[in-house]
Amino acid sequence: MAELAAVCQLWLLSPPFWTLDTLSAMNNVSDVQKAGAEYSSQPAMKLLEYQAKEVLASLAIPIPPGRVARTPEEAAQACAELGPVAVKAQVPVGGRGKAGGIKLAQSPSDAAAAARQIIGMDIRGHRVPLVYCEAALDIARELYLGFTVDRDARANILMLSAMGGMDIEQVADESPDSIARLYPNPWRGPLDFELNQLVYEAGLGEHVRALVPLIKKLYRAIPEHDAVTAEINPLVVTGEGRLVAGDAKLETDENASPRQRALEERYGGVVEGDPYEVEAKKRNLTYVSLDGEVGIIGNGAGLCMGTLDMVQRAGGRAANFCDIGGGARAEVVENALTVILMNPKVRGVLINVFGGITRGDEVARGLVQARDNLRMTLPLVVRLSGTNEEEGRAILKENGIEPGASGWEAAQKIVEMTR
Amino acid sequence: MATLLTAETPVIVQGITGREGSFHAEQMQLMGTRLVGGVSPGKGGTTFLAAPVFNSAKEAVCQTGATASGIFVPPAFAADAIMEAAAAGITLIVCITEGIPIQDMIKVKDFLKAYPEAKLVGPNCPGVLTPGAGKIGIIPQRFSSPGPVGIVSRSGTLTYETMAALTAAGLGQSTIVGIGGDPVLGLSFSDVIGLFEQDPATTHLAVIGEIGGSDEERAAELLGRGSRLKTVAFISGRTAPEGKRMGHAGAIVSGNRGTAKSKEEAFRSAGVAVAETTAEIVELLTKS
Repeated sequence: MAELAAVCQLWLLSPPFWTLDTLSAMNNVSDVQKAGAEYSSQPAMKLLEYQAKEVLASLAIPIPPGRVARTPEEAAQACAELGPVAVKAQVPVGGRGKAGGIKLAQSPSDAAAAARQIIGMDIRGHRVPLVYCEAALDIARELYLGFTVDRDARANILMLSAMGGMDIEQVADESPDSIARLYPNPWRGPLDFELNQLVYEAGLGEHVRALVPLIKKLYRAIPEHDAVTAEINPLVVTGEGRLVAGDAKLETDENASPRQRALEERYGGVVEGDPYEVEAKKRNLTYVSLDGEVGIIGNGAGLCMGTLDMVQRAGGRAANFCDIGGGARAEVVENALTVILMNPKVRGVLINVFGGITRGDEVARGLVQARDNLRMTLPLVVRLSGTNEEEGRAILKENGIEPGASGWEAAQKIVEMTR
Repeated sequence: MATLLTAETPVIVQGITGREGSFHAEQMQLMGTRLVGGVSPGKGGTTFLAAPVFNSAKEAVCQTGATASGIFVPPAFAADAIMEAAAAGITLIVCITEGIPIQDMIKVKDFLKAYPEAKLVGPNCPGVLTPGAGKIGIIPQRFSSPGPVGIVSRSGTLTYETMAALTAAGLGQSTIVGIGGDPVLGLSFSDVIGLFEQDPATTHLAVIGEIGGSDEERAAELLGRGSRLKTVAFISGRTAPEGKRMGHAGAIVSGNRGTAKSKEEAFRSAGVAVAETTAEIVELLTKS
């Protein structure tokens, strides 16, 4: 009993249990990436290269000297200070090298010209807001170092390869054995002998003295920043034999943002991108922009994705993914509609709400109110089910909103109306 | 399904006095779930819904003999609550909480290796429901009816939709298991399919997956090795865009698996019918 009493005392000292409000406020930020942009249901903050490198530097990992430039003049200035530079587009997607987003500049005028070309260009749907000018490296060898969450193993995986660079995915595909892997114990992190073994397995024994401490430093991004993916590719071995991070990718877990304010505050607002996604983020919505003309709102990520699939099957194309979560509260619906209607490509909106305990009549009244507040004139089809769904549908009909009996019927209707 | 939850299973709710926990504990009780107690640190000694409230899971298990728990605590404390339940001897842990940091769940999965008898469902899941017996979680029972179809799903609302469509078509369900949408989960599709295989009350199975990870592919492999269940699979996210990926680490780990196409192909090559809509799940299950 003494043991029990001690446990109780500890519990009393712990913070009070949260209310539903805090719980649902947190739920709003989750699920962001469930639309599957990168097949991850965990919402992640993706840092730009220069931001990731600042974090690496704070972990004592060597990075080349570099400067952020928002104008050609700033790029020229950076080159004047650093000598020959690589001018690199800063976007939160991969493949920028192949898209022409990286140029080498020997002189300040070269750097200005490169920046003029790169700033504002579109790389896989992202307008480039700024470039990072980085001192050119004397590259003797390119390695690969990274960690991520292996969903199947339900664990973090550390990976090291002697064959770094642009074609690492091909390497993984064709000679998987050339990538050494380690699943560190999540409570204590990787031990020295494990890292030693990893380095030798990767065939990099000659660099073991430098690599083991460097991998340990990178791993600190997990406990210190709740990183879910970090990647140094290439990890450059210079002509002098030093290890330097040639590129850097870092994603942190937004579910951990309540305990990880530092990076969020420093970089959270800086990530520039799709204007609707930026606006949705401000409104705490789970939203991903797509290319089509049918705006989509659904409750639950699976249902929402299923709705996108049905719209496509009916011959239309979705303009977005937007999951409003459980409850379908009127103000959340209004927020979601506001963001969707900002997009001039949208020709109609489909709302698919499957309420478990949610009352259909309340949802319907909220929808009517949201539409009226926003003076929405585009076609709107609503599929509503749950408690009091009949009353809900009657309210919609009275107010000129087309109800759909099933998700599939609703998808066909909205596609017809937006053709 | 007797292996997870029956009408006799003694259940506690962790976070029973919170707004989510109290609401759903009552719903669970209304459905006939044997709610024997709750945990709410600092509220021990009180009662809620005529069930005793304890300060810790260990105390609740000692006093009530509970073997199952539903966790409704906020994300910052949920990982600890899961480990607390396992350490207290709970063998069915259903964690409803959404938004648990992924590194917390990775630690939980490591911790649970010491408790091989503890089955974790979720987190970020709707829970487990056995029509006519009880439920742990938030699945709305009014869409369910007893029958032979097992459902295992990663999505909440699609599960409800499928249950409702099956019930409307006169096809009842044996047990519904929402395994959750997070990348790091407790029971996998394969684990739950294994349980359904052993359950004589289940003859049909609906597998509702979505893009990401390769749990679906593994389940397809398992079903392809031979199954007595008539199974239909559905994958949501077929039209989700590719190409917003940043680094290579994810691709190195998962290769080409994870897409809707890869999952559907895996099921088809295992001889499992693939539905394109939830309505089609019912059609394919009833087709002889």
